[in-house]
Amino acid sequence: MMAVIQITDTYYLVLAAALFSIGAVGVLVRRNVLVMFMSVELMLNAVNLTFVAFAKTLNDTSGQVIVFFTLVVAAAEVAVGLAIIVAIFRRRRGMTADDMRVLQG
Amino acid sequence: MSALQILDWIALVPALPLLGAAITLLAGRRLGNARSARLATTLMFLAFGVSLVMFFAMLSLPASDRSQVSTLFTWMRVDQLSVDIGFLVDPLSITWALLVTGVGSLIHLYAIGYMRNDPLASRFFGFFNLFAASMLILVLANNFLFTFLGWEGVGLCSYLLIAFWHQRPGAAKAGKKAFIYNRVGDVGFLIAMFLMISEYGSVDYGIVNNSVVDGSGVATAIALLLFLGAMGKSAQMPLFPWLADAMEGPTPVSALMHAATMVTAGVFLIARAHPIFEASSSAMTVVMWVGAATALIAGTIAVFQPDLKRVLAYSTISQLGYMFLALGVGAYVAAIFMMLMHAFFKGCLFLGAGSVIHGDAENQDLRIMGGFRKFLPVTAIAMMIGWLSIAGIPPFSGFWAKDGLLEAVFETHNYAPWIIGLLAAIITGIYMTRLIYLTFFGNERFRETPLPVVAGASDDAATDTHAVEAELGYDPDFEPTVAFGELPRAARLDGHDPHESPKIMLFPILVLAVLAAVAGFINLPISGWEFLSEWLAPVFKDVAEPAASSTSETLTLITISVVMAVTGITISYFIYRHGLAKADRDPLTARLGPAATVAGSGYYLDAGVSAAVDKPGRATANFLDQQVDKKIIDGTVNGIGKLFIVAGNGLRHIQDGYIRRYALGITVGVASLLLFILAYAVR
Repeated sequence: MMAVIQITDTYYLVLAAALFSIGAVGVLVRRNVLVMFMSVELMLNAVNLTFVAFAKTLNDTSGQVIVFFTLVVAAAEVAVGLAIIVAIFRRRRGMTADDMRVLQG
Repeated sequence: MSALQILDWIALVPALPLLGAAITLLAGRRLGNARSARLATTLMFLAFGVSLVMFFAMLSLPASDRSQVSTLFTWMRVDQLSVDIGFLVDPLSITWALLVTGVGSLIHLYAIGYMRNDPLASRFFGFFNLFAASMLILVLANNFLFTFLGWEGVGLCSYLLIAFWHQRPGAAKAGKKAFIYNRVGDVGFLIAMFLMISEYGSVDYGIVNNSVVDGSGVATAIALLLFLGAMGKSAQMPLFPWLADAMEGPTPVSALMHAATMVTAGVFLIARAHPIFEASSSAMTVVMWVGAATALIAGTIAVFQPDLKRVLAYSTISQLGYMFLALGVGAYVAAIFMMLMHAFFKGCLFLGAGSVIHGDAENQDLRIMGGFRKFLPVTAIAMMIGWLSIAGIPPFSGFWAKDGLLEAVFETHNYAPWIIGLLAAIITGIYMTRLIYLTFFGNERFRETPLPVVAGASDDAATDTHAVEAELGYDPDFEPTVAFGELPRAARLDGHDPHESPKIMLFPILVLAVLAAVAGFINLPISGWEFLSEWLAPVFKDVAEPAASSTSETLTLITISVVMAVTGITISYFIYRHGLAKADRDPLTARLGPAATVAGSGYYLDAGVSAAVDKPGRATANFLDQQVDKKIIDGTVNGIGKLFIVAGNGLRHIQDGYIRRYALGITVGVASLLLFILAYAVR
């Protein structure tokens, strides 16, 4: 008999933390702007997951409401961010973040 | 109008020259030099007319009413202290107002001729008017502070006028020197006023003079501080070197300063504040001794000066010493009598000297003059009257003044100062006779060929074309005054003869010469003829004027005075009657050797002051400049700047443009904050 695994909010939080860390590391180590962008999305969704988990545990829907906001903002952010990436790509024929060093001190 | 109503218009006296100064200084360029000069002179004569009206109005009042205050408005009110712009009209201030405006307008008239070719004459007359106005404010004010306003105005104008030909380095320096020496005295005046305010709560002459407590330390302190101010203005020991250097200014300035204004301010101050001095016998003793010492020492310096105007300058210092000697023994009327007569004969002598200088191509060196009476006969006669008057030969005015003064000193039993005064009288005879004989008699040394030029001596005079400069009136490259020890330079006449001055210059000289001859009648030592004593009696009613006990004593003292004067003249006559055999060899200087060098150099007071003040002052300034300013202050300011440059250079590498590094920074920062909150905040 397999023991029934009780899914508590801890599981969700650990998963969210793992997703967040993967996203953060992705942002830090990758140079491809598109990949970095996807990593940022990953981090956002990790946060969303946390919100939902807490909403369920605490029986409070405001957490879920915030997730909708996040999704809307993320969608807008994707639109703007991708537009910027396309603009840079047209200009520079390249997509690594390290090329964008013109503002260095 | 009643006499009292007339006296209320006293403000007109300083206002007229002040108006002239305002017009000529603001609109002088538009008016032109000639019209400015005429305007300034006319206003001075008008002021003299008003002063005369005031004088007669005062004469019509009974003696007990002859002290009126005319207040224009309140100048300032601070807590308990209230200071008015007000005028004190009494015989003392009227006497001075008459003198300043009378002699002053004659000198203005003379200056029209003397400054005719000066391109900046309108400015000169503006300063001249301002000078007279300041002096009038000084003598007419009814409180110390208002007097101080005039006092400072006189100091400022002396600076402006002495340095009038500021293209000459010597003149610019002399102006600064006069100003700085005067400031030293002014400090005393200021502190004296602070003391009055704290002790008596007022600077009003009436209140202060009445609240002085006999023999109190405060009275002594105020008296001595006021005397310090008087020493600065009246060039008493040791604050006199500036007056000799003041000869760098145009000659009418010297005449105005020495005869009518400025240097008599100290005498006025002590006469005006005499209750303070009367309350302190020690202050009076100081005044007496400083006066006596100055009279003698300045006289000995005058004997050796090669410069016509410098002789007269030191002579003024010496005569002022006489006045302070008289003030110090409480003989105020004698001092004022001396001051008036001095104004006449010294005014005459200075204007005469200006005429000689004008006729001799701006040359002031006595050693290369000689025989001028042929060429400047009118000036010669006028100056000889001035000479006999200052030397004390009866019946010229200087005799009555000096004799009365020495008699007063004798009668107060101050025998040592009396003897010093007699010695100074001999010396007066010596230097004045020397001046007259070297200028007007003897050999015509201006015809001699130029002396060989000695290395270091200026030789520009030998090549100058005299005609152009004589027409211009001044020459910025030519330093006219000659200090003791300088070699005589060639006369700048270029073969011409000296010439007599125009009538506009001779007229004031002659008027002053007549006054120098006969003005003594205003105070003869004969009862019924002591007009000045009677006139001034209301001012000095609380002081007993020293007088001889018997007629025979008066006669004896007169005889002694005359013998002294004649002795001095005779000594000098036998030394200088033929002029100088060699222009660079003064027989008296040669005979006295080192003593002459010491006295001629002004006892090295000037050099001493320079060594004591100038050099340490420069060293301090240099130290502050090089060490404190450059190293400490600049170092701090620049150091702070450098710190930020270094910090910026270091920190700017953090902003390297790699997005991932910024992201790492954000991540690490957020993580640290979270850890911090977990570790400390959430407990």
